[in-house]
Amino acid sequence: MSDRYPGYDVMTKRNGPSWNDVTRRVIDNRLATPKGPRFFSAAEFETVRSIADRIVPQRRHDPIPVTDFVEARLLSGQGDGFRQAGVPQAGEAWRKALAALDAEAQAAHGMPFRQLSGPERDGILHRMQNGDLHHSSWGGIPPATLFTQLVARDIVFAYYSHPTAWSEIGWGGPASPRGYVRTGYDRRDPWEAAEVKDGDDAAAIRKNRRVR
Amino acid sequence: MQTPRATGGRAPDVFTPGGWVPMREYDESEEVDFVIVGTGAGGGTLACKLAEAGFSVVAMDAGPFWRPLEDFASDEAEQSKLFWTDDRLVDGENPLQLGSNNSGKSVGGSTVHFAMVSLRFRPEWFKSRSKLGYGFDWPLDWREMWSYYREVEEALAISGPVNYPWGPPRPRYPYRAHKLNAAALALAEGCEAMGIPWTETPIATLSAPRGRARPCVYRGFCVLGCSTNAKQSALVTWIPRAIAAGAEIRDLAMVGRVEVDGRDRATGVHYHRGGEWRFQRARNVVVAGYAIETPRLLLNSANSRFPEGLANRSGLVGKYLTVQSNQAVWGISGKEIRSYKSPPSLALTEHWNYQDEGKDFHGGYCYMSQGPEPQLWANTQLASRGLWGEALIAEMQNYNHQVGLKMVGEMLPQERNAVTLADETDQYGLPIPRVTYSWCDNDRAMIGHALDFMGQALRATDARDIWKQTDDTCHLNGGARMGDDPQTSVVDADCRSWDIPNLWICDGSVFPTVGGVNPSLTIQAMACRTGDRIAAMARRGEL
Repeated sequence: MSDRYPGYDVMTKRNGPSWNDVTRRVIDNRLATPKGPRFFSAAEFETVRSIADRIVPQRRHDPIPVTDFVEARLLSGQGDGFRQAGVPQAGEAWRKALAALDAEAQAAHGMPFRQLSGPERDGILHRMQNGDLHHSSWGGIPPATLFTQLVARDIVFAYYSHPTAWSEIGWGGPASPRGYVRTGYDRRDPWEAAEVKDGDDAAAIRKNRRVR
Repeated sequence: MQTPRATGGRAPDVFTPGGWVPMREYDESEEVDFVIVGTGAGGGTLACKLAEAGFSVVAMDAGPFWRPLEDFASDEAEQSKLFWTDDRLVDGENPLQLGSNNSGKSVGGSTVHFAMVSLRFRPEWFKSRSKLGYGFDWPLDWREMWSYYREVEEALAISGPVNYPWGPPRPRYPYRAHKLNAAALALAEGCEAMGIPWTETPIATLSAPRGRARPCVYRGFCVLGCSTNAKQSALVTWIPRAIAAGAEIRDLAMVGRVEVDGRDRATGVHYHRGGEWRFQRARNVVVAGYAIETPRLLLNSANSRFPEGLANRSGLVGKYLTVQSNQAVWGISGKEIRSYKSPPSLALTEHWNYQDEGKDFHGGYCYMSQGPEPQLWANTQLASRGLWGEALIAEMQNYNHQVGLKMVGEMLPQERNAVTLADETDQYGLPIPRVTYSWCDNDRAMIGHALDFMGQALRATDARDIWKQTDDTCHLNGGARMGDDPQTSVVDADCRSWDIPNLWICDGSVFPTVGGVNPSLTIQAMACRTGDRIAAMARRGEL
């Protein structure tokens, strides 16, 4: 995939008027999230990583530590504010889901989920999303609910909580107190990401390097 | 935040980092005129009205007392601290998603993170059974409510159009409308192509300075808390007024039980604050915890004289919970939209709230422009469209070009949609709520109509790859509805419970029907009316 916002890094605004003190503190803390495993066992941690690799694939040298972020959320104890009747709280539900994925992988391929090839993992995850897994180890909890409202959800939230993901999609990022001025069609403030127009990467890079 | 801030005779000054304002405090042994449970659109507004009328008021909130200027980050994950994320079970055929977009836990309640859309009910909705043939009549007259809408619009300095296209004439809004962002321009384009009116949204964020609050800077994090105080939430409007008039706000105070004596009079509330259970005496108790916590508290307060819960002789506490349909159509524009800038819904149409012909369903809906931030948008692609992997990463590259239209639609009240108590308990040892929800045929017919119409409108712009988000709901109402008959309602028109004369309910849970607009303006208008009614009753010795 070609880079739509070449040279744009939302972090160049960190010390400018788009970030306030509390935002700097929050993002600094997130970027300093300790390496896991802290919540999961080592094997569970690898399984989460092997899922995250498929849900939010990354080919960068310094990948977003999605699994560490997922653990941080679970360690904080903060829930989403709802869970389906019959589904345990997030930490226990995660462990059940990982165990069930391993059971499905063993049944289908004779090895744990984390050791499967990418396409094999995708196959099981697609069936989980569609509710098409029936091993007894799911314990009556609908796999589709666990996929959409817990496993994939936590991974997607984790990925898009990182400034690298914000830069990737050309989002303006934190915006207090400066906010924005130009808000109509095709309008960009000088402190927003410039996208490549008419194949002119150099022009976009030039603008993005000036973002502060 | 774990430690209460509003103590020692002072409360946080929301307009100054680190600042304080003096606050009157009441002894727990003192029987205050009113203890109010909840400080959002209902409780915060009523606390102000009652304090300004000269009553002694203690208003409690389970959430913290923020200073937005120093506490609110520009970050989705961090700002989930504004949401009510305590454990709740959901079930039914269409289980609700709670937390982020419909439940707040802060002084100021959900108004701290609401989208600020401030619309009046269509007049006929107050008598929808009599005039439109569905739902239930409210025991309120629309003309009286319209005068209270005006009071709230002035109290919040609502920005809006000079002329509003629908309904009886109304005065111009106090502040000028905001300039349209690209997402709102697309809404307008679609409406014009479909031949229906649209308008700038009447919205509770400042378009000019006001007192110590500055105008909106269009940073776009509105539903995650406004860090510049342009948003006219209860936290920066009604609450400071209430404190100045002598009310005490108790933050991080979770009320677990309303005490009622042998003469069927409420005597005060048991609440958890600072690590222990405490009791505040009061002559009147107002429950204003919104449509889940209000029924939950009434049910959790059951005693030998009220074994089915307080104010529940009708059996209707927790019943007729009614949310609103919140489906959307989304597409990709050739233009840069960057809908993350500005409040998310700067333009809307109420056409299908006021046009009754050509519908195969009861009720109405409005629809408005949208501006989701990245985490929410990525999760929408996952949960509503099923995208993950390379497909998700690729679709997210279109983020700055996505454009959408989202409905707020009237779901019909059904008795089976309900808040009950689960067997499990929460961190306070209180039974948690179980929230049961199923759509009815009318709900589905309206959603189908709206998705079809919004799809046509969006196609009339340059948007392509249009898809339908079919699963969302918003806003929580009902569960303790008002009416004229103690057999079929929980409170009367003054929000006074039929069973316990000094127990009041003042929030969205008293709505008999929900209409097709965001409820916050109506909740605040009703709270203003209740405050005036209570003052009038007190003068006549009827409390």
